[in-house]
Amino acid sequence: MDVRTVNDIIDKYEGKKTALISILHDIQDRFHYLPEKSLKKVARRLEMDLPEIYGVATFYKAFSLTPRGKHAVTLCLGTACHVRQGPKILAEVRRVLGIEPGQTTPDRQFSLNAVNCLGVCAIGPVMALDGKFFGEMSPLKARRILGKFQKKGNGGRA
Amino acid sequence: MKIKQVNLTIDGNAVTVEEGATILQAARQVGIHIPTVCYMETLSPYGGCRICVVEIVNRKGQKPFLDTSCTHEVREGMAVDTQSPRVVRTRKMLAELLVASAPNVKIAQDIAARMGVTRVRFPMENSSCILCGLCIRMCYEQMDGKALGFSGRGIHRQVQMPFRTRPETCRLCRGCDFVCPGVIVPCEGTKDPGELCGRCVRLDDLPKCCPQETFGCFCERNPL
Amino acid sequence: MKKIRSAAELKQWKAQLLSGRKKSDKIIRVCGGRGCQAYGCQEVKKAFRQELRKQSFKTPPILKYTGCRGFCERGPLVTIQPGNIFYQRVNPEDVPLIVSETVKKGKIIDRLLFEDSKSGRKITTAQKIPFYRAQTRLLLSQNELVDPTRIEDYVAIGGYASLVKALFRMAPEEVVAEVKASGLRGRGGAGYPTGQKWENCRRAEGSPKYVICNCDEGDPGAFMDRSLLEGNPHSILEGMMIGAYAIGSNQGYIYVRQEYTLAYKNAEIAIRQARRAGLLGKNILGSGFDFDAETVRGGGAFVCGESTALIASIEGKVGEPRSKQIHTVVKGLWDKPTNLNNVETWANVPRIIQKGSRRFSAIGTEKSKGTKIFSLVGKIKNTGLVEVPMGITLKEIIYDIGGGPQGGKAIKAVQTGGPSGGCLPASLFHLPVDFDSLAQAGSIMGSGGMIVMDEETCLVDVAKYFTRFLQEESCGKCLPCREGLKRMGEILDGLTEGKGDPESLSLLEELGEVVTDASLCGLGKTAANPVLSALKYFRQEFEEHLQNKRCPAGVCLPLIRYAVSAETCTGCGACQKVCFAGAIAGEKKKVHQIQVALCTKCGACREVCPTQSIQVQSGGRS
Repeated sequence: MDVRTVNDIIDKYEGKKTALISILHDIQDRFHYLPEKSLKKVARRLEMDLPEIYGVATFYKAFSLTPRGKHAVTLCLGTACHVRQGPKILAEVRRVLGIEPGQTTPDRQFSLNAVNCLGVCAIGPVMALDGKFFGEMSPLKARRILGKFQKKGNGGRA
Repeated sequence: MKIKQVNLTIDGNAVTVEEGATILQAARQVGIHIPTVCYMETLSPYGGCRICVVEIVNRKGQKPFLDTSCTHEVREGMAVDTQSPRVVRTRKMLAELLVASAPNVKIAQDIAARMGVTRVRFPMENSSCILCGLCIRMCYEQMDGKALGFSGRGIHRQVQMPFRTRPETCRLCRGCDFVCPGVIVPCEGTKDPGELCGRCVRLDDLPKCCPQETFGCFCERNPL
Repeated sequence: MKKIRSAAELKQWKAQLLSGRKKSDKIIRVCGGRGCQAYGCQEVKKAFRQELRKQSFKTPPILKYTGCRGFCERGPLVTIQPGNIFYQRVNPEDVPLIVSETVKKGKIIDRLLFEDSKSGRKITTAQKIPFYRAQTRLLLSQNELVDPTRIEDYVAIGGYASLVKALFRMAPEEVVAEVKASGLRGRGGAGYPTGQKWENCRRAEGSPKYVICNCDEGDPGAFMDRSLLEGNPHSILEGMMIGAYAIGSNQGYIYVRQEYTLAYKNAEIAIRQARRAGLLGKNILGSGFDFDAETVRGGGAFVCGESTALIASIEGKVGEPRSKQIHTVVKGLWDKPTNLNNVETWANVPRIIQKGSRRFSAIGTEKSKGTKIFSLVGKIKNTGLVEVPMGITLKEIIYDIGGGPQGGKAIKAVQTGGPSGGCLPASLFHLPVDFDSLAQAGSIMGSGGMIVMDEETCLVDVAKYFTRFLQEESCGKCLPCREGLKRMGEILDGLTEGKGDPESLSLLEELGEVVTDASLCGLGKTAANPVLSALKYFRQEFEEHLQNKRCPAGVCLPLIRYAVSAETCTGCGACQKVCFAGAIAGEKKKVHQIQVALCTKCGACREVCPTQSIQVQSGGRS
């Protein structure tokens, strides 16, 4: 882990405590998770106690203390998506990827997240792949999109 | 400078305390007992277990509401009921939830016995931590260890040391053990795993040991 | 962009912008909201840009993005002026035709128009579409006129004029009085009178004072705040500045939940542009009033929508609520007086100041003034954001605006107020929607989420869903909330498997009452509402699960099975092709059969069956 990067991120926010969550977001974006060393550095520079930082890092769902996969598959678990067969799509994705929400595939390619509402309810049920939203999903559509993505490997739009 | 006095009633009794006192402190002043779990006099009040809830009416005609007496400050003209049906029903359920989660933590059994819980309607677990947070407050407020904290949230909440390793600031003072209710197991241990005990209340089967000064025991002899 | 240093200069700038706008009467507006983005509006806009260059025009048409228009299911949405022609579900491939026919010649392309499901007619303009026509889009209409990333657009439609009026022609106390007189109540769910809140904060001792915009919008199924902040961030800023002036604050924070990346970005752009224009900073427009704002990003926690948890989050702590014995207006952010309001509340403020409180209070009911934006989603034909005067009935929203059920099944219930609210049965759809009426029936209006449920929605499953949601989102401090919700979840899990005992339902109610009474914060205090309201109005469904091990709606997996209807199955084999479990047996052209032991009820077969022969059965014998 590049200590300079963490320092730069903290500098960007002027080491302000209000920016703690933003700092952690940036660190996570850079390293795909929150390395222990980075949290210790943040604690030191922001003059906060380590249990506090650890508490924040484990409280908010956006953060992971273990390395996440290259690609993020996010399923929406909002109520609107739920009544429109959301759980069936989650079941299909779990089966295709072989992991549970919060886990990463052994080859570190995919991480599965289940989020409590993405805010695009009118086009539910929604699945997001690396930030790209797919609306009006169904189990079969999800299967096909993931299949295409897995074959293409890096990038490639479904 | 004279500190303002506040007049309120607790269970119909008129009480006068200093401004800034909590309802719990006011109640203790006049010998009214309110059970507590996560409260300790030398540490800041937390209000997490909710066992010490009382029914409060701020002003005549207002809707009564429940709040924890350990955190709620007194107000002029306040009327407090520590044994209303709503309070008793709430405490009883909280006791049942507590003992269902941690039957081998003595205080959970004590509260259940005290509240007259005769059966537990939930699948029994066997947690040794009741998430009262006393260890964390002891560590931070009295011992300056800064080693413990809550991690996670909701049903996954835990007390942990960061990254499960003892940080350098921990001096092994054992203050956390000293205040932890989970360290004290029921008098003779539960007869069966996950049993609802209550033997010290059901006088037919009085346990051999009856420590008067045990932390959290609610026998009438206990000054708390 | 040069700095604007006085009210007069602002007026000049607006005049310049209006006259400087290209003299073309042809305007193409592409909705740039997050929902339309999911459907490729960026490609559509690119296609327009390319096509406009290709085809020649005397005066080139104006092409713009707009803020979210709230009809996301029909996206990408494109409006063409002149004529206000409304096209929906536009693909990049449609663009050349649109440009050559509609933009150049004014000819309408029928297949891109909205079709009214009841009459079957095609409708040309947005105002005539029943979904839009029955609404009173005072706030959302602005989204359609601005590109949220351009402050010039906001100024051109009169933006920041309310701020000028407040700063130069009203004293802070007058601003408070005006907002009080309007009857505006908080739009985040609690409905506390906004003017009163401002007054309490103004009177509180301490400095500095803060104003906060709550864009945590955690209620699943609600996206009103996303649309407002994303689509018209300057209106929020203006509202906050007026509020800050009234209260005596010079610093504001906009807290945006982590999932709303576009809203966060647009808010940041708006702040940057406002700073550059001199509308944020010291001595704004020469009034002597200083104000600056910052965005703060959430970390993914529903509880942070609660004001004390949100404040803790801004302070860099976990989102653990604290007691509201002393209100946040007295001791809030860093123990200073803090006024926290919801996005929609702030968005209403400029209008109240500009048009006056009487205009605002002319709409709505006696105790609930103004319009409210609802997010109408679920099993409904026209899903999207609906802005209507308060006091309108559920029936009007669901049927007149929403167009009735989607998928042909009868509407059974509507869930309002998110996880703090409840499910109301169709028999109560005559109730008016306002701050108080729904509460009496056991739900709440909440922040505006309205999820429509039909015969294929299982209320036991819904109760379980909300309880599971709250278990994860609870901060975990309070025993009743943490353990109570856990045990309620266990009972509900059992019910969805047909397990439980005669006491299960009354135990659920008992737990629910204690969770409500003993919890510290709003999350816990309202956590039992979904379950208790479902039990109140749909008890028979619970009893069916418990006593007959049957799920009438066909949802609870352990209680249902899939079966092929022998009458309609043609033996085409489409189902076999998609069944990964190999659970479907049958030869070509012969009736197929599903082996219940292997079937996981994933639903793929039902999706592809051309004759809809695969049925869901529950209870009794197959």
